[in-house]
Amino acid sequence: MPEPAAERRYEPVIGLEIHVQLSTRTKMFCGCELSFGQEPNSRTCPVCLGHPGVLPVVNAEAVHYGLMIGLALDCRIAPRSLFHRKSYFYPDQAKNYQISQYDVPLARDGRLGDVRVHRAHLEEDAAKLVHAGASGRIHSASGSTVDFNRGGTPLVEIVTEPDLRSAAEAAEWLRLLRATLKRLGVSDVNMEEGSLRCDANVSIRPVGQATLGVKAELKNMNSFRFLQRGIEAEIVRQEELVRGGGEVTQDTLHFDPRTGALTSLRSKEEAHDYRYFPEPDLVPLAPTEPMLERARAALPELPAERAERLERELALSADTARLLAYRGELGDFFEAALAANGGATADGAADARTLASWVTVELVPRLGDREPADSPVTPDALAKLAGMVSSKAVSQSAAKQVLDAMAEQGGDPEQLVAERGLALAGADELGEIVDRAVASNRDAVEQVRSGNGKAIGAIVGAVMRETKGRADGGEVQRMIRERIGF
Amino acid sequence: MADSPSDVVALTAAQAADAVRARELSASEVFDVYRRRAEADDLNAFLSLAEPASPSTDSDAPLAGVPLAVKDIFCVEGVASTAASRILEGYRPPYTATVVERLAAAGAPMLGKTNMDEFAMGSSNENSPYGAVRNPWNRERVPGGSSGGSAAAVAAGLAPWSIGTDTGGSVRQPAALCGLVGLKPTYGSVSRYGMIAFASSFDQAGPITRDVTDAALLYRHMVGRDPCDSTSLDHREAIALPAGDRLDGVRFGVPPQLAAEGEGIQAGVLEVFERAIERIEELGGSVEEVSLPHAEHGLAAYYVLAPAEASANLARYDGVRYGRRDGDGDLVSLYEQTRENGFGDEVKRRIMLGTYALSSGYYDAYYGRAQRVRTKIAEDFAAAFERVDLIVTPTSPSVAFRLGERTGDPLAMYMSDYCTVPMSLAGIPAISIPGGLSDGLPVGLQLAGPAFSENRLLEAAHAIELGIGFEGVPVGADGRGAGEAADA
Repeated sequence: MPEPAAERRYEPVIGLEIHVQLSTRTKMFCGCELSFGQEPNSRTCPVCLGHPGVLPVVNAEAVHYGLMIGLALDCRIAPRSLFHRKSYFYPDQAKNYQISQYDVPLARDGRLGDVRVHRAHLEEDAAKLVHAGASGRIHSASGSTVDFNRGGTPLVEIVTEPDLRSAAEAAEWLRLLRATLKRLGVSDVNMEEGSLRCDANVSIRPVGQATLGVKAELKNMNSFRFLQRGIEAEIVRQEELVRGGGEVTQDTLHFDPRTGALTSLRSKEEAHDYRYFPEPDLVPLAPTEPMLERARAALPELPAERAERLERELALSADTARLLAYRGELGDFFEAALAANGGATADGAADARTLASWVTVELVPRLGDREPADSPVTPDALAKLAGMVSSKAVSQSAAKQVLDAMAEQGGDPEQLVAERGLALAGADELGEIVDRAVASNRDAVEQVRSGNGKAIGAIVGAVMRETKGRADGGEVQRMIRERIGF
Repeated sequence: MADSPSDVVALTAAQAADAVRARELSASEVFDVYRRRAEADDLNAFLSLAEPASPSTDSDAPLAGVPLAVKDIFCVEGVASTAASRILEGYRPPYTATVVERLAAAGAPMLGKTNMDEFAMGSSNENSPYGAVRNPWNRERVPGGSSGGSAAAVAAGLAPWSIGTDTGGSVRQPAALCGLVGLKPTYGSVSRYGMIAFASSFDQAGPITRDVTDAALLYRHMVGRDPCDSTSLDHREAIALPAGDRLDGVRFGVPPQLAAEGEGIQAGVLEVFERAIERIEELGGSVEEVSLPHAEHGLAAYYVLAPAEASANLARYDGVRYGRRDGDGDLVSLYEQTRENGFGDEVKRRIMLGTYALSSGYYDAYYGRAQRVRTKIAEDFAAAFERVDLIVTPTSPSVAFRLGERTGDPLAMYMSDYCTVPMSLAGIPAISIPGGLSDGLPVGLQLAGPAFSENRLLEAAHAIELGIGFEGVPVGADGRGAGEAADA
């Protein structure tokens, strides 16, 4: 007998559909330049306004970017892919159909990280509708205007297989995709501004069941946080529904980040019949070998590979390697610092793991919203500072004070250390200070001798106070033990 | 100098261009004569005319200022271009069609925009909200369609030549019914940019002229790849002006499916066709039977595919951005009322047919199947052209029919395209030339060849034209057709 629904354990099954606005100079099918907040409808022409008699012409650079994405996602590139017309009446489509790829997409059967990529195809973006009135929705608007500047912007739509099993996994994978696209230089990948948009298909099924449950499509999650929260909310909703004896129905849901609520946009009964058919105004897209060669040559080292390399070659932890690789600018900064460091083995140089920690643990919080390249801290300077710590020219804690100053106004760490008198005390000076501290802390010395090792902290503290942090804690401990013969 | 306007009108366009280049006529004289005649148009052939002042043209240009009647389906910057549809009322395009631009650059300024079936959907020019066009051979009869205005204007000597568009026969059939030459070029040889789309995988612009030489001359300046049209190609050879008067060694094929055994082909039409075949043999051509086994399904396939494409092409006429706008302020009524009031019945019928054929669950049975028929027909032609150089058929199953005769019966109207649609499905070039008269009305002879065989086609058409010696346009100085009394 099957166990009752209420007691069963369920697993979420998640697939993502991502729309990426390409950062080409011009639109997908006409010569209009892309718009970045220009006067509404100033970047339009007869083609992207859908005038009578106009014809689309495929943007070669968009194809190049599409091929780069397809190759970066390890897809098979179709020898001849097709454009179709996807018909629906709405004022955001000048032609009342969208030119998109349908049954033969540019790229298919790929993989990024642990997630299989079903397909990636080229299409055109819709125009932007502005609804006057309180709700901001077309149904109750007192009037609407259309800004066609965005209409016709090249898009690549990437569809994953349903390989994700949690909201956190989905957000993590989207970060990898975003880093990959950013590394390719094919998009601004800004979720808030809509150059990277993600929909999620979410379903649940009893653990162990192979077939997929009925899915809901979640739209409008324009940040990683909203994506994660939206999926989490939907999983909870579906589980409650099923445990209560109900059934999930196919639905499109709109996530409201303010309330966290999911509202239905349209149900299956009103699903569109898009009446796809091959776009007769375009010929099949058949990439030539030179086109493929150019796309392959344009591929940089991608984040997944980079993380793997940093982990393998430099023995960084998986988390650190991923952080550096997924935030490409940070990885670039780290690798520049490593080069300036003269490699991990040179005298007076920090090893790679230490340097990575200086970048990821110390520098990152001091950057705020800035990219590393925009901070006054240069890779050379950070490498030098880390090297000074490793060669015991400055203590760890003093070095952090120096980094604070560098993050504010830049500067050379050696000079800052000298100016502020933060150099580690010399052996003679330190010896005298340690002697004095041992002499004036007899109680603590006795306790250490009688087996309470922790008591040494009081003596170390006294030395640190007197040196104002210009001493290495480990070295101080060693000198104290030497003196009290323990 | 010409002695009178009728001397100018008596010249073919190529002759007029020669006369201008030889300084026997001035370009402005030619323009003025035709501008006046077009203004006196009583066939309803023109929807609008160019400014009366003759445009300054280069008398040494290839087309030497000989003006051109342009079907209203072509966009011309700043000039009302409506495809004879109320939905584009008041629309003035911000750009000009490539073909119109190329012909103007070659020295053929626009004389005016001609009437047509709305969005090129029709075979009689009766589907125009601006009224039917009359056939100058007999004013109670249709000029054919959809390029009826372009054909009637040339036939009546209101324009020296014109351009139309051919989707399933819209250049060839009106040329046939008006006793003219009409060329439907190889698909892709002429840019479609700026041609208001009906069915994109079929639409081609073509010349409608008094004789084959004029057609060749005009076509020569229409062809060529256009960066704005991805489906356009450069012609494989320069277009020559035809010179030959013999057909020695040329092999002609007659497909019985589109001739003697064709559905609904009038006896009078077949008689003229048979005489033309005899003439071809007298000129040295050989004639044999070839089979186009799938041709009879062409019409059915065409009337699925063309409306399917049209249903998407015409979706943009929604009142949002240009043209007519009706409605009560909400989006749905904007769409519904604009399209309800803006489109005529035939256009609505085809949008419905096409929408249905593309709908989920019906796509394979209609659109998919029709595409397979299209492929079969193209294969039939390819096989036939292994054996013969050119295929010859009647252009239209009937001579010009009476106004109103078929308006109540869409299927009877669709049958007008029976002989022309197979070539459109295959994307191959075909030309209609006058083959003779039946009951005082012109009968067209259609020649078709493989893709990009226009030179061969024009050369053969020229020889047949000379051999038949068709009397040409029955136009007097008053612009009335000589065949006027045929029905009276």
